[in-house]
Amino acid sequence: MQHGKYRFIVGFLALPLLIYAIFVISPFVQAFQISTTEWSGLRGAAKNIGLGNYDKLLHSDEFWNALRHNIVMLVLVPIATLALGLFFAFMLNVGGRARRGALITGVRGASFYKFVYFFPQVISITIISVIWFNIYNPDPHDGMLNSLLGAVGLDSLQSSWLGARSIALACIMVVMVWANVGFYVVLFSAAMASIPREIYEASLLDGANRLHTFFRITLPLLWDTVQTGWVYMGIIAMDAFALVQIMSVNMGGPDGATDVVPLRLYQTAFRDSQFGYAAAMGVAMLVVTLLFAVLTMRFARRERIEF
Amino acid sequence: MGSTSSFNRRDLVKRAAALGIIAVPAMGTLSACATGGGGGNEDKGAKNKGATSAKNPLGVKKGAPLEAFIFKGGLGDQYAKDAEADFGKTYGVTVKHTGTQQIGPKLQPRFAGGNPPDLIDNSGADHLDMNKLSAQGQLQDLTELLDAPSLDDPKKKVRDTLYPSTLEKGKHKDAFDVFYYAFTVYGTWYSQKLLKDKGWEYPASFDDMIKLCGEIKKAGVAPWTYPGKYPYYVHFNLFAQIAKIGGLDKWIAIDNLEPKAWTSNDAVKQVVEHYAELAAKGYFLQGSQGLTHIQSQTAWTRGKAVFIPNGSWVENEASPTTPKDFGMAVGPLFNGGSGDRMPHGTLRAEPSEPFIVAKDGKNPVGGMELLRILLSKKHAQNFATKVRSLTAVKGATEGMRLSPGLSSAAEAVTAGGRNLLMIQLQEWYPKLTDEKLGGLTSQLLTGDMKAAEWIKKAQQYADEFAKDDSVTKFHRES
Repeated sequence: MQHGKYRFIVGFLALPLLIYAIFVISPFVQAFQISTTEWSGLRGAAKNIGLGNYDKLLHSDEFWNALRHNIVMLVLVPIATLALGLFFAFMLNVGGRARRGALITGVRGASFYKFVYFFPQVISITIISVIWFNIYNPDPHDGMLNSLLGAVGLDSLQSSWLGARSIALACIMVVMVWANVGFYVVLFSAAMASIPREIYEASLLDGANRLHTFFRITLPLLWDTVQTGWVYMGIIAMDAFALVQIMSVNMGGPDGATDVVPLRLYQTAFRDSQFGYAAAMGVAMLVVTLLFAVLTMRFARRERIEF
Repeated sequence: MGSTSSFNRRDLVKRAAALGIIAVPAMGTLSACATGGGGGNEDKGAKNKGATSAKNPLGVKKGAPLEAFIFKGGLGDQYAKDAEADFGKTYGVTVKHTGTQQIGPKLQPRFAGGNPPDLIDNSGADHLDMNKLSAQGQLQDLTELLDAPSLDDPKKKVRDTLYPSTLEKGKHKDAFDVFYYAFTVYGTWYSQKLLKDKGWEYPASFDDMIKLCGEIKKAGVAPWTYPGKYPYYVHFNLFAQIAKIGGLDKWIAIDNLEPKAWTSNDAVKQVVEHYAELAAKGYFLQGSQGLTHIQSQTAWTRGKAVFIPNGSWVENEASPTTPKDFGMAVGPLFNGGSGDRMPHGTLRAEPSEPFIVAKDGKNPVGGMELLRILLSKKHAQNFATKVRSLTAVKGATEGMRLSPGLSSAAEAVTAGGRNLLMIQLQEWYPKLTDEKLGGLTSQLLTGDMKAAEWIKKAQQYADEFAKDDSVTKFHRES
């Protein structure tokens, strides 16, 4: 039995590892290598300049401005998405009033809501961006949001949305939350379904209300799922490229108000033909993302409750 | 598993991880491929050349494949397809055609890999960096094409059929390697019908403009709109206006990124303050700062705004929403005052739609020949009819029945005479004009930034670019 075991394992692992090495690891390594050059991206040869690109990066106001926006997104977008996801999932699964035949139910029409929440998940991010760009159209008649506000008499709230420096970033973050919340509703719903009903029933008999059951039972038992969702959502927030590239005015504007690192990277590479510098940004982004994932995993760890 | 096995899952994971770590340095060998390619050939002549003849002066090889990448934006790409069909008939090949708005992202890897297409219309927001390509010797010198006889008249060289500025603008140092096929007129665009119906007159000076804007606003129409998503549209007028009032020599100093070129020029102050005044008095269509070019043009063709800064491609681009009796027209730059260095009628009109031929392509001669076909009278007129735009070919549209916008543009060019301005700043330093100055302008037009602040920051950004070694620098004398 022992004989040939390694060969057996290697036989299974060799191909996937090779593919992984070529398509995942080698681009990473290559990005490090390119980040130490002045490569223009347009010709084979490139001059090596050591860590010059990183030095430039540390002193670039544009980069820090973009990174700051990524970090604002990193903090706010996961909180909003996960909180909404948890709330909706809770309401859809256990938040309803007791009805005939079942003590623990979701609100009326729960299965319909589930479908509605999940809907953005099946649309490509490009289409979402285009739809929302038109919703935010500042024209008081053509723009959906502005004409809606006008129709209900809230003209004073009409705005140029993406064109307004103070709220442009918030407008984009709202779309990120909208686009992702459905996935977490479904994820948390699945996780909640595995919590034994008896626990809820017992607490309800003891006189717990919805708030108590949520904070004392649901949230602690879902903590692992929430934590994973947090990392995943954080990585999405660190990207935000497609949304900003399509929706923002003047590519990350107005006047840099919605710039994010991936967009800066893209512009540096494809507009300015500075692939070496852009690769350095990519590496910096990798470090920040890894740091975020490690910190989240480290500090969000709690004792696991077996049930 | 347990005791029956000499290792467990945990061990396996550890070993796999170790394997991965070993694999990383091994990848170093792989990583050589993206930037490790060889250098190009340095010879001056074009490769893949066949025998020349009177009908085939460049020496295109019959049957040699040709690939064209055409920017499919405001002008579409049908005009190129028509020329490719003619090329195919003469040389017995089907030209491989790609029409796209993503010239840069699609072609960057092909240039890096050494197999670029032959002829490229390098236009649009995502275009390739021609300055870098030229500096690296990746562009075919087109002098040979200029000296070849034109398709219509064998006695006339291609060079002699073109506007002089086309020959000037296509130069990188000594080489002529960018062929600007179209001729764009920039300016303030309006509807003749709307002005006539309301009894308004196209203003001659800034003061007249401010006065007229007051009247227009009273009539319940917005005087101006602009695409806030692309604030550099405003620069089409703003930059040219500075050159008109302050003189071209002082604008050239700005193009050349000279120190204090912005701050020491009084015209800059006057023009920027004029825009600040328009903003302060609320003369821009509400919400313009969030509109795309299409949205702002649509607002304009529907009569929500009277004036829009734009280029002559607007007629083609806005044609789906333009009413039949709209009477699209373009006006010249405005007078600043009696001290203006250039006369009324001065206009920014310059070559556009940059075509390049890749030196390392498979058939650069074919690429040049396709350009020669595009420059024939037949195809220049086809271009004017199909996309309502002028070409680099002088007088190609004479005697043709032109669309309203195009004929207005042609008239403006004739009226401008020798006073046609060329602005290089955006072509040379797109990041400076579009991102940096564009950011300032968007603040200026919403009233969030003062004129003095705009000028101060513009100078600061220009100085930063002048100092930055990673930006390829250019210089113009005239």
